[in-house]
Amino acid sequence: MTDAIIRVTDITRHYVMGAETIQALRGVSLEIRKNEYVALMGPSGSGKSTLMNMLGCLDTPTEGEYWLNGQEVSKLSDDALAHVRNKEIGFVFQTFNLLARATALANVELPLVYGGIAGKERKARAVEALTRVGLGNRMDHRPNELSGGQRQRVAIARALVNEPSILLADEPTGNLDSTTSEEIMALFANLHAQGQTVVMVTHEPDIAAHAARVVVMRDGKIESDRANTPMVIATPVAAPA
Amino acid sequence: MPTFEAVRMAFATIWSQKLKSFFSLIGVLIGVTFLIAVVSIVQGMNVYMEEKFANTLVGLNTFQLRQRPGIQTGNVSREVSRAWRRRPRLSYADADYVLDRLSVPVTTARISNERLALAYGGKQAKDINLNATESAFFRIKKYNFSAGRPFTAQEVRSGVPVAVIGDLVAEKLFVGADPLGKQVVIGGLPYRVIGVVEKQGTLFGIPLDKFAVVPWTSPAQRLVNPINILDELSIQTADEPSMRAAMAEVEGIMRVRRQLKPSQASNFTLQTADGALDSWGKISAILFTALPGLVAISLVVGGIVIMNIMLMAVSERTREIGVRKALGAKRRDILAQFVVESTTLSVLGAALGVGFGILLAFVIKAVTPLPAAVAPWSIAVGVLLGVLVGVTAGVYPASQASKLDPITALRSE
Repeated sequence: MTDAIIRVTDITRHYVMGAETIQALRGVSLEIRKNEYVALMGPSGSGKSTLMNMLGCLDTPTEGEYWLNGQEVSKLSDDALAHVRNKEIGFVFQTFNLLARATALANVELPLVYGGIAGKERKARAVEALTRVGLGNRMDHRPNELSGGQRQRVAIARALVNEPSILLADEPTGNLDSTTSEEIMALFANLHAQGQTVVMVTHEPDIAAHAARVVVMRDGKIESDRANTPMVIATPVAAPA
Repeated sequence: MPTFEAVRMAFATIWSQKLKSFFSLIGVLIGVTFLIAVVSIVQGMNVYMEEKFANTLVGLNTFQLRQRPGIQTGNVSREVSRAWRRRPRLSYADADYVLDRLSVPVTTARISNERLALAYGGKQAKDINLNATESAFFRIKKYNFSAGRPFTAQEVRSGVPVAVIGDLVAEKLFVGADPLGKQVVIGGLPYRVIGVVEKQGTLFGIPLDKFAVVPWTSPAQRLVNPINILDELSIQTADEPSMRAAMAEVEGIMRVRRQLKPSQASNFTLQTADGALDSWGKISAILFTALPGLVAISLVVGGIVIMNIMLMAVSERTREIGVRKALGAKRRDILAQFVVESTTLSVLGAALGVGFGILLAFVIKAVTPLPAAVAPWSIAVGVLLGVLVGVTAGVYPASQASKLDPITALRSE
């Protein structure tokens, strides 16, 4: 398939803990095409976090292959993986993980700093990303001056600023109230509508219901992989600046 | 990531926790402050000793033939001091004998001195150093006159009672009035003031302007020394080598005159500024030997403090490191971030230390008689040491940080 952004073939992941070997992934194969919106579900210990780390190039499989955007990344060195993360992956975390001391703008600029983009271009792109998530007027605020929803928007802007192949969200609404969660889900739906590939880990069915495809993990394997009719259709929001 | 970004990031971090940063760089600050201040004072002393002290007390390229040393530095035991006093005194005949036989061209002045009081009107200036000498004295001392003139060779030949006085004496006796032409009383003898020497300032807080100069042939001669006896023959040459040559000649001539056997020590003293400079040289050598040790101790302590602060920072900011790695920071980016941060911290400490050191040097200069001159090289060394300490202290914590696994780091609280 030509438009597969993610192609994972038979990957396993073993952790050695003392005398015990934990098999977090026991042979997972998965393909995600461009502009898919996938929810990754499963109980704790099912291996969904391990798979998430694998997809995010934070970890490499013990066995198996992982092709990301046409590049085999399962055998890369730490620094090469860092480069891939910088260019291809946009992370959104449950706890936002913004740098407390830095302004929203500086937080969003960070991936560009590591991508070697300097000066005016960096600032312009960060401003654009913040505007895209509706925070064009909060750029000079520090995280502690922003609400939870606004913080997560900053984090999403940071994830988008390098125009990644996939947006990888790990329980993005886990720390938000339900109203704010819906806002963030609407934003994801919008980004998806604009062509962004989204992979989201969640254990909340009503959050997973926003995705077009739901993959459920159990005991280190994929239990089910089904299409889903998104519960909420993205409401048209003002076109990005 | 460019270094510039790392430095900017480091400043942001340091600035966001000012007090903590300040305490962590205090060790380096103290070390460098100490370095700058001590070097400044030693340098200042060097300049002072060489230019002022030596030239004021003895004169440039000048040595003195004396019964015993006039400038005593360091400890002199009672026995040595007593032996010096038992030496034969220097006579005018000795001086003539030496000068007749000396081949090196020289300027000489026969000097006798005594501490006594000068009086004018109802006022008295006590403890004035009276020099009974000849006119070349002024050339050797390189005195400039604020008023009047030195006495002439003619006046010396005829023993006219004229006096040149120091600035402090003029001030004390005449309080702003013109001293020229006035009659002062020196040890009961009337003298006419013909010149006032420009202010010489102080040496280690001792005023150099409490003196008067009269022709050695004038009536006051009997107040200073027994007849035919003088305190020193001051001999000035054109330059350093000729001074050495003249000293060797004078020593030989005097030994012949005193009929000393080769086994006997000289019973006279040839005094140069070197003696005083030598003992200062010893003191400054000790200071310069002790200085690196003292500075090193503060810098090592400062370095350890910074290293600890950085290790703490790494564990406090583990999650931040995880986030940065997730966003694409490579090992060397994280390494650079922490090394640059500790270096910035340390250099900041060193820079503050340079500032405080210069300030301290000037304060010492202002409130004590000690001179101070900031040595540019010490500033360079201070900043360089700051860089060195910062890099050294930062490498270990930074490498710990760079080795963190992003997943573990992201999970940390």
